[in-house]
Amino acid sequence: MGRQAARMNVNGKSYARVIDARLTLADFLRHEINLTGTHVGCEHGVCGACTVLVDGRTARSCLMFAVQANGCEVTTVEGLTPEGKLSVLQQAFIDNHGLQCGFCTPGMLITLTELLRDTPDPSEQEVREALTGNLCRCTGYAGIVAAALDAARRLRDADKQETT
Amino acid sequence: MKPAPFDYHAPRQLKEAAELLAKLPNAKVLAGGQSLVPMMNFRYVIVDHLVDLNGLDELRGIVVGDGRLRIGAMTRQRDIETSPEIQRLCPLMAEALRHVGHRQTRNRGTIGGSLAHADPAAELPAVCAAHDAIVHVASVRGIRQIAFHEFGSGFMATSLAPDEMIAAIDLQLWRQGHGYGFHEFARRQGDFALAGAVALLDIGADNVVRRAGLTLFGIATSPVRVEAAEARLTGQPLDASAIRAASAAARQTEPISDIHASGEYRRHLAQVLSSRALNDAAQRAGVQA
Repeated sequence: MGRQAARMNVNGKSYARVIDARLTLADFLRHEINLTGTHVGCEHGVCGACTVLVDGRTARSCLMFAVQANGCEVTTVEGLTPEGKLSVLQQAFIDNHGLQCGFCTPGMLITLTELLRDTPDPSEQEVREALTGNLCRCTGYAGIVAAALDAARRLRDADKQETT
Repeated sequence: MKPAPFDYHAPRQLKEAAELLAKLPNAKVLAGGQSLVPMMNFRYVIVDHLVDLNGLDELRGIVVGDGRLRIGAMTRQRDIETSPEIQRLCPLMAEALRHVGHRQTRNRGTIGGSLAHADPAAELPAVCAAHDAIVHVASVRGIRQIAFHEFGSGFMATSLAPDEMIAAIDLQLWRQGHGYGFHEFARRQGDFALAGAVALLDIGADNVVRRAGLTLFGIATSPVRVEAAEARLTGQPLDASAIRAASAAARQTEPISDIHASGEYRRHLAQVLSSRALNDAAQRAGVQA
């Protein structure tokens, strides 16, 4: 019952599979194409650990069926990371104690990537509001908020240097 | 926490979707999936067929008409929130949407899905009640219109037949320059509210209220218009005592009691939140009450 063909681009690479219609995008990423950076926490859209970008917008990958991503461009945490290096946001997480166990971190990074793309100079309130959809049980959020604001600053500085 | 197996259908046209819903047994419509998919993952909902409306471009978009706004049922909540037309003509909607879930869920969630799901504490049904919405419902029998106050039919139930789906929502617009207020009380940002109040005020240059709207949500199974408060305000000069009397009328409801809050606490919230919403609406209409 319910087998379907699906083809999508994940982090710039094309994947085609025949899958169960009930397979969530999160499980597709982890089990079908072995991108285990996307974490699965609550499986009902509350914790935000499984957040990915679908056509450039954040989405809970546990609340989408993989067949729905047919023809879409999906970006996971693996796609945020430059080859052999860390992104500015990832480095800021390390420098500001933005993670401890790391389980929520992929979702945090995806959510903040969207925020910093659309709002390069966010207020602390805007960062906190963006993070309401992502739960962290270790840090108390202070380090994550600091990392987001620090990354925003570094990205703006890099931008300025590029234009001058 | 995996959904039970189902057959997946992705129609490209409304007609095709209506035919599928008429033909398939135990079928359900998939809109944004931000409420349905959790229920499927928990197996509260088990379907044989899922009809995904995400491929229906004709159900997406915002059209400004004469005194009204038509929003396609599959328009994403985030697109409504950021639409310049909505911010200009129906600012209450934009304000309310900031309280709907989180950005990640609003990127997928749709207005039609929210109305069909009909959670008593949801924000969008309250905005639709406040703006006297007309729900356009599609099936193989064509399109029929349902006035929003007749749309809800019980706890998380609507007057939609199993083979029907929402196609669009018409909002009746208020005069430009009207005031609006939205207040809810939730334990955390993005949670469903324990209770909330929505106010609309059209105030003339003489400080007399030409038209007033006060709607509560999270109080009963569907949003409630507080007609006594609207009558108390309309035709009267707007001042602090008028707002006090209107808010007191909001207390005269019989709210639901559940594990989240008692009926008495919700009655208290109804009064306090009504007062805040009306004060915001007055201020935005240019009156310091």
